[in-house]
Amino acid sequence: MEISRQPASSPEEFRARQLRARDMLRGDLEGEELQRFVEERVLTARLDTAVSWARGNAIFPLTFGLACCAIEFMSIVGARVDVARFGFEALRASPRQADLIVLSGRISIKMAPVIRRIYDQMLEPKWVIAMGACSSSMGVFNNYAIVPADKFLPVDVHVPGCPPRPEALMHGVLKLRAQIHNDPGESWRSRYAAQDTEEVIGPAAGHDGPDTIDVFGAGDSAGA
Amino acid sequence: MPDATGLELIAQELREAEADSVLDTLFFRDRATLIVNPPAAHATIERLKAKRYGFLASLHGVDYYPDEPRLGVIYELLDMSSVDRITVKVRVATDAPEVDSVVDLWPGAHNPEREVYDMFGVVFTGHPDLRRILMPEDYEGHPQRRDFPIGGEPVIFTYNENKVPGWTQ
Amino acid sequence: MDAVSSVSDYRKQEESVSLSPVEQPGTSQELLTLNMGPHHPATHGVLRLIVTLEGEIVRDCQPIIGYLHTGIEKTAEDKAYWKAITIVERMDYLAYYFNATAFCGAVEDLLGVEVPKRAQYLRVIHLELNRIMSHLVWLGTSALDLGAISMFWYCFRERETILDLFEMSSGQRMHTRYVQVGGVIEDIPVGFAEKVRDFCALMPARADQYTALLDRNEIVLRRLRDIAIVDEQTLLGLGVTGPLLRATGNPWDLRKADPYCSYGDFDFQIPVGTVGDNYDRFKVRLAEIYESVKIIEQALEGLPEGPFITEDRKIALPPRHELGTSMEALIHHFKLVTEGFRVPPGEVYHPIEGPRGELGCFVRADGSSKPARVHMRDPSFSNLQALPHMVKDTYIADMIASLAMLDPIIGGIDR
Repeated sequence: MEISRQPASSPEEFRARQLRARDMLRGDLEGEELQRFVEERVLTARLDTAVSWARGNAIFPLTFGLACCAIEFMSIVGARVDVARFGFEALRASPRQADLIVLSGRISIKMAPVIRRIYDQMLEPKWVIAMGACSSSMGVFNNYAIVPADKFLPVDVHVPGCPPRPEALMHGVLKLRAQIHNDPGESWRSRYAAQDTEEVIGPAAGHDGPDTIDVFGAGDSAGA
Repeated sequence: MPDATGLELIAQELREAEADSVLDTLFFRDRATLIVNPPAAHATIERLKAKRYGFLASLHGVDYYPDEPRLGVIYELLDMSSVDRITVKVRVATDAPEVDSVVDLWPGAHNPEREVYDMFGVVFTGHPDLRRILMPEDYEGHPQRRDFPIGGEPVIFTYNENKVPGWTQ
Repeated sequence: MDAVSSVSDYRKQEESVSLSPVEQPGTSQELLTLNMGPHHPATHGVLRLIVTLEGEIVRDCQPIIGYLHTGIEKTAEDKAYWKAITIVERMDYLAYYFNATAFCGAVEDLLGVEVPKRAQYLRVIHLELNRIMSHLVWLGTSALDLGAISMFWYCFRERETILDLFEMSSGQRMHTRYVQVGGVIEDIPVGFAEKVRDFCALMPARADQYTALLDRNEIVLRRLRDIAIVDEQTLLGLGVTGPLLRATGNPWDLRKADPYCSYGDFDFQIPVGTVGDNYDRFKVRLAEIYESVKIIEQALEGLPEGPFITEDRKIALPPRHELGTSMEALIHHFKLVTEGFRVPPGEVYHPIEGPRGELGCFVRADGSSKPARVHMRDPSFSNLQALPHMVKDTYIADMIASLAMLDPIIGGIDR
């Protein structure tokens, strides 16, 4: 959500705006006041859309490669799956100039604080794509030496694969672009009409009757 | 690879130069191995290097848990002129894991010895800079020992997702 | 005309032979220690370098590794031999066929199983394709570091063709687990041989294009010629093998010295350099691409008929059509998939020639279905020890070029 910051105004102006907002909610605004009210809102909404359109179409990825996924990340810059058609060919080396960090590869425990520091150096707005299985979950290696990215970074898009094909990574980048444009598109929820489901976790959800089968409890064949 | 008799001849030569240096010989799948007493390891390897095995192909560690002595350091030596390989194996116990460093013979042993120290805890006396190389500097434990847990994240299924706190955050 | 007085002190220092600083009265000089990496656009992966600088001249360079350590060797102890192939493959991530071949070679030695001739030839074809691919990525990224940015796209164009071939034979572009214990996982499909022949017809011409772009380019020559010369004895003491050693003139290549996997059947040459500078390393790798193409062509010509994996059902899965009729095949399949084959106790070190040098795999088996110790002797791990020798008394820009010519793959170094 965009938080639009208004410059500090005088208390009288603020009071006048409050009264106008109250009248709008009551349906009492009319004529010129109503028109001005609507124009202000529409302009801001249009500006937000324009800004997100521009942001999404000019993401500067960070040149950051860890392991095998980095080679497929380099392929995406290559000529076959050309990331330049979407405007993302300006890979910046400095985190201060980059928007997007693609965690391409396995993150070892020695590298995790370094990545966090790089992420902190990036300026808002910034996005993270966890590319490949190793950075999202532990991947092929479930051991002492690596850590999944979700533990220390907020990740926007996870791209599965080991390594993901360049086309798969491109799909993930385009999903991120759609996310930036505030238009996430059809997801599985709308496809399966699962918009308003509610997850019930644990016995504390309030269903304690004798008919309930606790699927989260210890293994017990009585309810089978 | 020297054949079985060649291996025995080399072992005999080394034993003549220093008694009790070569504890055993092994000839397995056309590969020759000398099992050497830890205090005599450096001298034996130096003799082998002077003989003709002048290239250190690999230096790595093995954990023979539960066999004692537990930690092994293996040197793969190579003679480039006759394409001959020989393996030297040194076994030390965990309570006295010291082996003489061969950095003076081959500067290329610097990083592999650091790795064996990091992963197994074998201390190479005479190494100029023995500290952890792959794990973070302040890590505790020697990961590739057999009794070190493999670690990792638990795989979350529906039956244990409650028991792993905070995974949804 | 006295032109010397108009030359600045900096120019004098630059052109002085000994690279020693120009003394100025009343000032003291200190060496600057700078940290490069682990995130840096010029390092090939997450390599951290602590460089001690005097002006722009590197006096010392200490690499710090471990930023990609994944515990591959420990994880491989936890998996059956069949599954450990996928783990070990991801070590040196540009030479995945080589990792798998070294591991499978060690296990085959322990088991005493023989790889059929057709499987050996198929392995050779894929290994040499992988070598070409690794050298292409090296060339593309090195030229990128030097500033010849367009080489990146040309090299990756060829790389895509090779990856299409890999996808055709195994279904995956990278980390294909095509090489299995006892042979290869599947025979090559119809049309693969023609596509490889087309590629072999195309590749030398493309390599000629790269040579034409780079080889006589004054900037490339000025940046690579006579830079970072290390003599052969130092490299041998450091355990360096591969194109770095061959650039000094030592023709050590395991494919010729100790042929494995039917390399003795093929006629190819080992390119060697003369001086041992960065330019020789560059030329050696470029020439190796041509030699690999020759090997692939010969392997395709002489590809024998026969099984693509060993017939020993206790090690290799039985073919699918047998499962419907034979009970033994079903039992073998079941045992192999659930538990895996058991390897009798023993230890073996199996070295092969990877694109960066001697890639060896040490496997210790204890009689169970999981390896008791897997150690990959990675060439980049030893080659990296040559970096301080290579960059001593050169400029920072030369250090970047030397790092590129060293071709380190941090996945192999850190494992």
